[in-house]
Amino acid sequence: MSMPSELFRLLDVEKAYDVGRKGGLFASGPRRRLAALDGVRLSLKAGESVAIVGESGSGKTTLLRVLLGLTSPSDGRALYREKDITLLQGEDRDRFCREVAMIYQDARGSLNPRMSILDLVAEPLDHHGLCKPSERRDRVAALLSRVGLPPEMMERYTSALSGGQVRRVAIARALASSPAVLVADEAVSGLDVSTQAQLLKLLRDLQREMGVSLLFITHDLGVAAYLCERIAVMYLGRIVETGLTKDVLSAPAHPYTRALLNAAPKFFEPIAEPLGGEIPSPIDLPPGCRFAGRCPEARDDCRASDPELVAGAPNREFACLHPLIGEPAFA
Amino acid sequence: MADVALSSPRAAPSRAANVWTYVRGHVWFVIAAVVVAAYVFAAAFAPFVAPFAPTEQDMMSFMAPPAWGPHLLGTDSFGQDLLSRTIYGARYALLIGLGAVLIGAGGGLVVGLAAGLIGGRVEWALMRLVDSLLALPSLIMAIAFISILGQGVDKVVLAVGVALIGPFSRTVRGDVLQVKAQPFVEAARLMGVGTLAIVWRHIIPNVIFPLAVQATIRVSYAILVSSGLSFIGIGVTPPTPDWGLMIAEGRSFVSFAPWIAGVPGAALAVLLIALSVVGDGVREQFDPKLKKEG
Repeated sequence: MSMPSELFRLLDVEKAYDVGRKGGLFASGPRRRLAALDGVRLSLKAGESVAIVGESGSGKTTLLRVLLGLTSPSDGRALYREKDITLLQGEDRDRFCREVAMIYQDARGSLNPRMSILDLVAEPLDHHGLCKPSERRDRVAALLSRVGLPPEMMERYTSALSGGQVRRVAIARALASSPAVLVADEAVSGLDVSTQAQLLKLLRDLQREMGVSLLFITHDLGVAAYLCERIAVMYLGRIVETGLTKDVLSAPAHPYTRALLNAAPKFFEPIAEPLGGEIPSPIDLPPGCRFAGRCPEARDDCRASDPELVAGAPNREFACLHPLIGEPAFA
Repeated sequence: MADVALSSPRAAPSRAANVWTYVRGHVWFVIAAVVVAAYVFAAAFAPFVAPFAPTEQDMMSFMAPPAWGPHLLGTDSFGQDLLSRTIYGARYALLIGLGAVLIGAGGGLVVGLAAGLIGGRVEWALMRLVDSLLALPSLIMAIAFISILGQGVDKVVLAVGVALIGPFSRTVRGDVLQVKAQPFVEAARLMGVGTLAIVWRHIIPNVIFPLAVQATIRVSYAILVSSGLSFIGIGVTPPTPDWGLMIAEGRSFVSFAPWIAGVPGAALAVLLIALSVVGDGVREQFDPKLKKEG
């Protein structure tokens, strides 16, 4: 097999939006650009699970849209099986549609309220011609039971289902076309903890048993740690640290990762001093490290030069001049 | 799993009990539906229900008041039986109402879909056209169309129907824009579903239900406008037993024979109220978002 093991590859992807001149309609200043993504490098191999974490405004959603081919990068390349995602055509495009399945944060909104559960789960099968009409019901029943829903639910509509059930339907639908990659955007947020735990376990089992790759976008480090082998921490349109989840979370190299870890509440402990300020505006960034303004470790050189994401330890990359572990990136 | 167990079906109550619970919970809807059904029945079987032919003149009684006898609701100035004329009038009212709404809703669906889906200049042009149609009241619009088309039942249906395209287009466009932005449309696109299939399977089903609900409510409006046309004498021509026409004829005698205008007037009012109540009920019933569980 000459098939590359990498499914997704992002090569220095940049996505910038033109936001006009400062001061509105009659302003004369230079046009300003908002860099939602700025030099993102990421790869997802077959069977791998990667979590993308970051605060709101960090570029997670833009990254997702680039991966799904909904927006094209303004610079750099976004590849699926070594082909540009937005340029996929014919057979390649059909394959991309079949192999990449999305689980939306708004699971209810992602399911047509006028379609029965049967039709919703069968839509990928019908669309890609994956089963005979006579097998349709059986296939849907099997998919529903795989995600822990009774087959009798087929005749119902999403309006009659609970939040947890709707997410299960969304997962069953995503699995219908036997995808190679599941892309999930905050797929378990906003649920009560027991339902969340059930869904997380379901996703992990599916990922292990079916060998499907998982790209999980979340703001919850606990969820990332449970589901994904690898983690990529994003800040202001950039990946600032990536590596094996257990390494990154047990010994963060980037002060931002540490701040995220400290911000998560723990039992019987007061919440650590939260990170000051908010994520700055991605318009007209100052020179230097983009985290410098909020970083407790910031030194003079941090405000002068912008660190790149480089390998700082085995299997580990971070963009920091003065990392918390190992050798400094620019020693 | 907790979320599955919660939805296990309860013991199903008997059918009769179900019906009774439904009737008790929706008294006004049921009454209104019965009233509308009675009108439909009377209209459909008018020759069997009505005691006289609508244009039959009783030379022995002109402007007879409602009384127990051959003319239960009295007669008009030509000696025609008001009950019979009112029953036959239901035919015209319902026919015009339904026909006009079908034209209006059909046209509105086409215009609204085109505007909402194509967008850009097409949308701008269509919606400015609709705006200019909406700037005139439907009755005035219908008068304008009648003056072009001429008089007659079919012309009234067409005129009122075209006058209704504006408001229908507007709601359809709004719904299309709202549905288009839903994640399930993007999800279908990601699945590789083509634009036409997305429109057919995902967008139209989600705009057709609100459209149907609006249509049931607009039937009464169409009847009102068509009666208005007849009342001012440019709709249906005499001696057609149209309610608007009958009210117009009875207008001159309203001080000493109020039943001549009153009987068709009451028939019209009751039908309009019943249709509105039914329209509201239909909306509650068929919109899964409004429907209560259990």
